[in-house]
Amino acid sequence: MASANRTSVPRIEPIWWALFSAGGFVSAFLVPVHLFVNGLAVPLGWLDTDIASYARMSELINQPLVRIYLFVLIALPLYTWAHRFLFTVQDMGLARFRKPLAVLCYGSAVTGSFWAVWILW
Amino acid sequence: MKASTSRSTIKLEVTRYRPSVDSEPHDQSYEIPCTDDMVVLDALNYIKDRVDGTLSFRWSCHMGVCGSCGVMVNGQPKLSCAIFLRDYKREPIHIEPLTNFPIIRDLVTDITDFMTKLKAVKPWIIRKKEKPLSEGEYRQSAEELERYHQFSGCINCMLCYSACPVYGLHPGFLGPAAAALAYRYNLDSRDQGNDERQPAIASQEGIWECTFVGECTVVCPKDVDPAAALQRSKVATAQSLLGSFILPRASGKSATEGSS
Ligand code: SF4
Ligand code: FES
Repeated sequence: MASANRTSVPRIEPIWWALFSAGGFVSAFLVPVHLFVNGLAVPLGWLDTDIASYARMSELINQPLVRIYLFVLIALPLYTWAHRFLFTVQDMGLARFRKPLAVLCYGSAVTGSFWAVWILW
Repeated sequence: MKASTSRSTIKLEVTRYRPSVDSEPHDQSYEIPCTDDMVVLDALNYIKDRVDGTLSFRWSCHMGVCGSCGVMVNGQPKLSCAIFLRDYKREPIHIEPLTNFPIIRDLVTDITDFMTKLKAVKPWIIRKKEKPLSEGEYRQSAEELERYHQFSGCINCMLCYSACPVYGLHPGFLGPAAAALAYRYNLDSRDQGNDERQPAIASQEGIWECTFVGECTVVCPKDVDPAAALQRSKVATAQSLLGSFILPRASGKSATEGSS
């Protein structure tokens, strides 16, 4: 009851949610494509293995647009994990640890994003 | 009344709780005559009129409009006036008060929390300045009506609050119907109250607790789709926040409109 009058509007929550939902899109549409292409089709020889050769890949990865794409592919799903995991453990009865859990979850996602930048550039 | 075709009597198990007599709620069984055209509410009225006058429950219109007759039927939130006994093959049929609300007596729940939340989102048209009557009505095109029409069908029956596991876990959560109504007025071309509603909607316990379970939309008897309203409010609020980073003076209204 008290909550309906709680008027502080968090400025960070919409950002986590926006990253979560953008990551949800990436996980649902792009990740499965890569799982199929890079995880099945190329190793099993359904596609010409040359297209995934080391030379070709390292040439691709030197393109700035490809790096940005890979960054999005790696980083955004981390926020989907962080947000979903936080809400799940909270709903499983750990609501009183919400603050430290949030730091842990979103902190891991942010760390993962920087890590991706470090590896890609 | 049409004569019964399938069965002549039906067994019901109804939650009873009279605070002056009972220490906690318990079930009571009733077996009553039944016809094919009887809804659950008819059965409750039969019990009250002919079997046990002490049974308490809310109802008014008997036609799915007033929203006061919500109960759990076999564990699902339903309008008791809109659900036929003949659709339940297994007996007894369990009738309980709406979950997630405190019980006052028998099937009557305490809805104060919902009323507080409803008021908090100001579900009415807000104008910064009313124009004089002589200037005529606020006109609206069919298109402008269409934008919010779906979300305007809510009858405040609270079935969605009963179905919502998030509300069950976090009683502070604003909840589906209030969020849907707030969104409905924010979408209305005649309304200018977006900023006034924003504190109740965009707070931590406003829309952000929602994890998009979607049960609210499943149980809504009026096809309001509160889950969609909640999701779209999240998009609109996130957009207006991002907008305010870029253009610090931008109002929230345009973001709400942009998301529809
Ligand atoms: S949104 Fe639907 S289920 Fe919820 S109170 Fe309104 S009519 Fe009832
Ligand atoms: S009695 Fe009015 S909705 Fe059921």
